[in-house]
Amino acid sequence: MKPPRFDYHAPESLDEALDLLADSGPDARILAGGQSLVPALNFRLARPSVLIDINGVAELAGIEDAGERLVIGATTRQRAIETSETVARRVPLLHEATRYVAHLPIRTRGTLGGSVANADPAAEDPAVAAALEATMVCRSRRGERRIAAAGFFIDVLTTALEPDEMLIAVEFPGIPDGAGAAFAEISRRDGDFALAGVAAQIAISNGRVADARIAACGVGPAPLRFRDAEDALLDSACGPEAIEAACDAVAASSDPHDDVHASAAYRRQLAAAMARRALNGARARAGGAA
Amino acid sequence: MTAKRSVTVTVNGETRTGEAEPRMLLSDFLRDTLGLTGTHVGCEHGICGACTVHVDGEAARSCLMLAVQADGAEIETVEGLADGETLHRLQQLFSKHRALQCGFCTPGMLMTALDLVRHRPNLTEAEIRSGMAAVLCRCTGYEGIVHAVAEYASGGER
Ligand SMILES: Cc1cc2nc3c(=O)[nH]c(=O)nc-3n(C[C@H](O)[C@H](O)[C@H](O)COP(=O)(O)OP(=O)(O)OC[C@H]3O[C@@H](n4cnc5c(N)ncnc54)[C@H](O)[C@@H]3O)c2cc1C
Ligand code: FES
Ligand code: FES
Repeated sequence: MKPPRFDYHAPESLDEALDLLADSGPDARILAGGQSLVPALNFRLARPSVLIDINGVAELAGIEDAGERLVIGATTRQRAIETSETVARRVPLLHEATRYVAHLPIRTRGTLGGSVANADPAAEDPAVAAALEATMVCRSRRGERRIAAAGFFIDVLTTALEPDEMLIAVEFPGIPDGAGAAFAEISRRDGDFALAGVAAQIAISNGRVADARIAACGVGPAPLRFRDAEDALLDSACGPEAIEAACDAVAASSDPHDDVHASAAYRRQLAAAMARRALNGARARAGGAA
Repeated sequence: MTAKRSVTVTVNGETRTGEAEPRMLLSDFLRDTLGLTGTHVGCEHGICGACTVHVDGEAARSCLMLAVQADGAEIETVEGLADGETLHRLQQLFSKHRALQCGFCTPGMLMTALDLVRHRPNLTEAEIRSGMAAVLCRCTGYEGIVHAVAEYASGGER
């Protein structure tokens, strides 16, 4: 058998899961969709003493429309997000980005919470969370913390979660009326992790950009939000020059590294190219465009 | 808690029970415990797709699920497709379009394609190409596979 031995628990309530997590020590791991953790077990890169399978905790799954925000439970499958009409309408950026996550059979099992907690630098869900300033709702036996994306994603595969804490939901702000969103990505093959992916959302009112959100995956140790690029667009008419200035800012603020898939210089170019694609797409979808 | 547990699944309509340590993968449970070797195992880390089966009606990698997680689930494997000696329509089309050579990827291709066609109405060729990229084939070059899935999808079959 490939994975190492572990104690396996399948709690049915959140309290039971949090107790197990608190009492099992730092070697315990949460098992959500397993699409990142099980490969690591099969390679024996991960050797947890205890696995806490949260798939049976019903209260962790589901999509709830809470007025201004959409609250998505941690174990909500990526496939459920991709087929949700509510997500398509209220957080279209997440909806579009989800199609770029791996392949359909992997999204059948993979969860939003697993992707966000795993914090792979090339993963799409964390980039969307960064762009929209989502709130990560984290719970332990000690209580609840609500952490904004800017303080949640720290480094490669590193988040602000404490060992006894579980991500229980992610709260996304609903898209404002008249705003447009688009996600653009390039990878070696369909379904592979991104070489560069850019999430953009623009709100235009009276012909001027009232709000701009731009973040990327694959071009830094964690999802990056590009404030300089957003500033280049704000109050502009969102014409080609403003978009070019924003793309230049994205390239300048990217922090890519060389690896077997692409050089850092190439990834930086791709970041600008994907920003151009995403911004043009978002602008085309925004109402009130000049 | 590392001890073996009893796992009961419905495989291709038949209730089957076996013992599994928590660390046993569903792919190994199907092949070694239940003797259903139609499901192939290539990479065992989610990349190749040869191990794809349906779990409660949707395609999933059986090498990325623990057998204990499948307790109570309905599983469909490639063995469930043919009706006696009569191949499933998609299998017939794979044969017609020469969509297989060595056959190693074929179980995963079939289960992936069936899920795709069932859940995505009006598939375009681009969507078929992107969807079938979920499974690696080192023989055919994919053209025959794309043609077989396209003909199956256009037949209105589900
Ligand atoms: C072939 C392949 C291609 C892939 N391509 C992509 C891709 O292009 N883009 C992409 O984004 N992902 C990709 N993935 C990863 C996939 O999307 C995973 O589903 C996702 O990264 C992890 O989600 P999961 O639910 O499977 O988490 P798991 O694998 O169960 O867990 C991942 C990690 O997060 C922890 N964790 C899980 N849930 C919680 C929680 N609620 N609270 C705290 N910690 C938690 C676990 O302990 C573990 O450390 C790919 C995977 C494969 C196998
Ligand atoms: S054996 Fe499961 S994906 Fe390769
Ligand atoms: S037929 Fe040989 S790998 Fe596909």
